[in-house]
Amino acid sequence: MGTRSSSEAFERALLPHLDAAYNLARWLTRNGDDAEDVVQEAFVRALRFFGGFHGGNARAWLLTIVRNACYDWLRRNRPAEAHDELDEEVHGPSEPSPTAEDLLVEQVDRVRVQRALEELPPAFREVLILREFEGLSYKEIAEVAGVKMGTVMSRLARARDALQRQLTADAGKR
Amino acid sequence: MTCADFRRFVDAHLDGELDLARQAEMEEHLRSCPACSRLAAARQSLRTALRSEELYFRSPARLEQRVRAAARQGDRPRLVTSSRIGAALAAAAVLAAAMFLWPPASDRSWSDRTAQDVVSAHVRSLMPGHLTDVPSSEQHTVRPWFAGKVEFAPPVVELAGDGFALVGGRLDYVAGKRVAALVYRQGAHLINLFAWPAPPRAGETAESASSRDGYNMVRWTRSGIEFWAISDVNAAELRQFAALVRSRVP
Repeated sequence: MGTRSSSEAFERALLPHLDAAYNLARWLTRNGDDAEDVVQEAFVRALRFFGGFHGGNARAWLLTIVRNACYDWLRRNRPAEAHDELDEEVHGPSEPSPTAEDLLVEQVDRVRVQRALEELPPAFREVLILREFEGLSYKEIAEVAGVKMGTVMSRLARARDALQRQLTADAGKR
Repeated sequence: MTCADFRRFVDAHLDGELDLARQAEMEEHLRSCPACSRLAAARQSLRTALRSEELYFRSPARLEQRVRAAARQGDRPRLVTSSRIGAALAAAAVLAAAMFLWPPASDRSWSDRTAQDVVSAHVRSLMPGHLTDVPSSEQHTVRPWFAGKVEFAPPVVELAGDGFALVGGRLDYVAGKRVAALVYRQGAHLINLFAWPAPPRAGETAESASSRDGYNMVRWTRSGIEFWAISDVNAAELRQFAALVRSRVP
């Protein structure tokens, strides 16, 4: 067994998930060049730990590493943004859901949705990306983000409330 | 169930994360409460807006080259401190070590060749230019295309109304035979549905789900045809897809 078969095994397991890795990094760093650096760093780490990966969900495994690499990068480069925990006191309990009438966001354009998403705290943004874009289950998100499943559920609900309030406020300004 | 309960669980409900009993209570409340059903519709429209292909950032081609280069330089470790090149070469050094740690391909839930072939065919289909031989969202275009290419008439169902848009069809090769591959899209995700004639007397089998290499798979047999669905959508959504296909195939 030589280098070639090992790197092929590594590539076969992880390269199919490169888009998922880049998309998560892009949303957490909010910048394409930074996302590329973070993903490369994450693959380097993945190689280091690959011996400990015994099958299972390669995508969730890789995304866990990408997520951690993102927060490490943010801590080094933009410490103000590097909070993966929510201060429950500051953010408080979930505000009541907005009423339904002002919530239809079908007409909202991509730029507005992107800006609203980028303005969410990273802890909200990451659960939405993992759920809506990657389709991970709550259990998988809990593993990737290192929190309990109940926390995933409440963060997703609050993230969607916040997003809808933001998009509704935007629509009101038009 | 109260409206407050409904609001608390509406997201988990739409995410398919509630147990069956709670799900039934939610459905029942939904039927009887116009305000909550408006809330559910609004949440659904938010989900649709978020799942737009335009919001998904695909990796640039050069990043794949960077990552591949990092994985392939295992036989040339060097000490370099410059950050980016250094990172690539550090990866190479690690790879050299990883060669000896690479675990044997074991503890697979479906270790048969078919499952591996399905994964390989799925991954291959995602490479540029490999997805479809007949790109069409029309079942009346896709179905006849297979005539003379496979030895059965693959059932092609349209599920756009359920959020799974038909992208097209493709001829593929799985477990030593030519098979029909139908491609569906849900948001940013692609689903390959493979179909081929089941062995005689195979009977019908219910959906059975598994995952491999990070992909979810569901297989079942109906009307003499074996089906395998594979995708990176989550397991609940793939099961929903499978149930829809199964219910539409005569």
